[in-house]
Amino acid sequence: MSEAILSIHGLSVALPAGGDRMHAVQGISLRIAAGKTLCVVGESGSGKSVMATTVMGLLDKALRPDAGEVLLQGESLLKAAPARLRELRGRTMGMVFQEPMTALNPVMTCGDQVDELLATHTDWPAAKRRAEILQVFERVRLPEPERMLRSYPHQLSGGQRQRIVIAMAVILKPALLICDEPTTALDVTTQKEILRLIADLQREQGSAVLFITHDMGVVAEIADEVLRRPRETYTRQLLAAVPGMTPPAPRLEPAGAALLAGQGVGKTYIARDWLGRARPTQALRDAAVAVRAGETVGIVGESGSGKSTFARCLIRLIDPTEGRIHWGADEVATLPEGRLRPLRHRVQVVFQDPNRSLNPRRTVGQSLVEGAMNFGQSQAEAEALAAELMQQVRLPVDALQRYPSQFSGGQRQRLAIARALACKPQVLVADEAVSALDVSVQAQILKLLREAQDRLGLGLLFITHDLRVAAQLCDRVIVMHQGRIVEQGPTAELYARPQHAYTRSLFDAAPAALPAMEDAPA
Amino acid sequence: MKSVVRKLLAHSAIRFGASVLGVLIALALLAPWLGTVDPAAMDSANINTQAGAHGTFSLLDGTSLAHTFWMGTDNFGRDIYSRVLYGTRVSLVVGLFTAIVALLVGGLLGMLAGYFRTLDAVLMRFMDGLMAIPAILLAIALVAAMGAKLWTVIVAIAIPEIPRVTRLVRSLVLTLREEPFVEAAKALATPTPVILLRHILPNAMAPLIVQGTFIAASAVLTEAILSFLGLGLPADIPTWGNIMAEGRVQFTQYPGNVLFPALFLVPTVLAINLLGDGLRDVLDPKFAKRGA
Repeated sequence: MSEAILSIHGLSVALPAGGDRMHAVQGISLRIAAGKTLCVVGESGSGKSVMATTVMGLLDKALRPDAGEVLLQGESLLKAAPARLRELRGRTMGMVFQEPMTALNPVMTCGDQVDELLATHTDWPAAKRRAEILQVFERVRLPEPERMLRSYPHQLSGGQRQRIVIAMAVILKPALLICDEPTTALDVTTQKEILRLIADLQREQGSAVLFITHDMGVVAEIADEVLRRPRETYTRQLLAAVPGMTPPAPRLEPAGAALLAGQGVGKTYIARDWLGRARPTQALRDAAVAVRAGETVGIVGESGSGKSTFARCLIRLIDPTEGRIHWGADEVATLPEGRLRPLRHRVQVVFQDPNRSLNPRRTVGQSLVEGAMNFGQSQAEAEALAAELMQQVRLPVDALQRYPSQFSGGQRQRLAIARALACKPQVLVADEAVSALDVSVQAQILKLLREAQDRLGLGLLFITHDLRVAAQLCDRVIVMHQGRIVEQGPTAELYARPQHAYTRSLFDAAPAALPAMEDAPA
Repeated sequence: MKSVVRKLLAHSAIRFGASVLGVLIALALLAPWLGTVDPAAMDSANINTQAGAHGTFSLLDGTSLAHTFWMGTDNFGRDIYSRVLYGTRVSLVVGLFTAIVALLVGGLLGMLAGYFRTLDAVLMRFMDGLMAIPAILLAIALVAAMGAKLWTVIVAIAIPEIPRVTRLVRSLVLTLREEPFVEAAKALATPTPVILLRHILPNAMAPLIVQGTFIAASAVLTEAILSFLGLGLPADIPTWGNIMAEGRVQFTQYPGNVLFPALFLVPTVLAINLLGDGLRDVLDPKFAKRGA
């Protein structure tokens, strides 16, 4: 067995009194040898990031390790002085963070930021530092390294920013590379490239990699020791909750008129420069969709593809610049807000971020009765309806008195669905409604949406960047790219034979399929 | 709700500011029962008495009573202690109502500018213009134009503060209107005025309260300055600024006429500012400690 770069023995980190449990992490032991990758998988709140920050010595002051030992190449990190830890960070261990925009300093050029690191840890002269930086930029395959040197973070794309962060982490060839959800904030096509880059760099310099993620697909892509025989119940649950890429058998195509339809919908934003000259940006061009009762239509695309703009136009949260939108028989694309309001109950919406979709200053009950009362129900009727909806989304009725902050992300998303259903809509638009949730919670919310659809005959317009989720839920899928619809069709057909080049690249980039679970007892 | 109160009381600046203000409010309310005489009464027998002297004070109706001149008398024979205590009322009322007027008007304009993009450009350019005029000069001009009464002084001090509040509220509304819960309310067919009052205003309240305390503190000061310049309330209403202005002429012989009101003015402004700082620490999430 080769020498372990990082080994952790029985590490426990205590949470401050009053937390939901005594320890953030408890009794953790692991070892990573040189050239190996270890993936740490868990849902939010599982303590995986606490473990990583403990290794880096960046643990929040409120938390303290109270048992165990962390050894980096035989040296204890828990006992190391702050100055020594500073020396080790960057030199012996590098870290790649989740959000490259916040990991980089927005007022320093990328070159200066990497240079600062080198100036701190080495005594190289400026010319040598510059040469090294250009070399590492080439290693992380950044285009035009000279220009990158002078660029500010906001001038780069998300993928390029993450490459800069990776360049900073690997420039001193650390023995240990810690990656904390390095691809979570990126699009699938970018994610694929970054994962390949990390794997290549590791092979080149033989680092040990501690890779933290919540995405089982990413694990399958990068880990050396794949979880092929999950023994623990929790691991099985996690793996089982990951939606597959194969769509279920197609359902009967619903008949009837469209409840929500758009034809030729376009949105052009006009920015004006200092001379007042118009600079139009077409966010959405000639998009069309029709949602009938009981069916689920998915809109799939990467960030910036115009899918959210399309959805917001359809629910008239922004005004489309062209095209027609029908809610049932009524054409609403240019209807003024006053005449639109009586029709709004027909189309309701659930947003992505469960933390921000409920007013933090109002109780859940107040939020739930608002829609029903806007459409003419009395307070008592609306409250009875709210209580009934709470049961449907499987939350206790007495929770109506509480504030949103007292609920978890998944529970808040249930509340957002209940609030939308309180208006008795015909169509529900879900804009990335499960993207911010853990896989197991995701599965529950998808189940809830499907139940509501079956019970109420809702039309569902489901916007997502996640091909797996779309595969499970949608009858038809629309693929959007750069503000246009590039392809659409029944889910099974589209997934089996994608026609457009962009759709194919999207499927290629999707994280690898999970290894089939062997030895799975019932 | 209870936890907010506990958090507020755990903050030492809030505890100190609130207790000093509490004492001042009590002094203002209880002034008639704290051994004071009519603050406007002049007794020619007691001109420029030293602080702490005992004597007899003749009231306007001719009755006379035994009185301790805790802070002496001025050159008209008026009791400084009584005038300072009654002056507390004016200062606190001016501070409170200036803050209320500025917050109400500025809050309303800020919400309109932030939510209705068409109004924004016109309204904010007008506010920019208003901000270009020095606050104290604008207040002086307004008092001169409207005449010196309590409400004109309050309005005159409040108007220069309005652009600042408008800017603050506008920027808050600009962020809040993009929040999903506001969009959801729009999708629920909630009328726009209700969205503003129910969903946007409550979430902008914390920074507004903080801004209000700073306005109150500066209003107390500005009122004293206006009175000191002889442009504030008429001389028959005792205010800290008035007392200091009248004491100024014989400051070298009788410094108490200036120092005693100042002794009240300084802690008042300090207490309100500390209260505001503390409220900001507790209420503003940007200043909240991580993980707390």
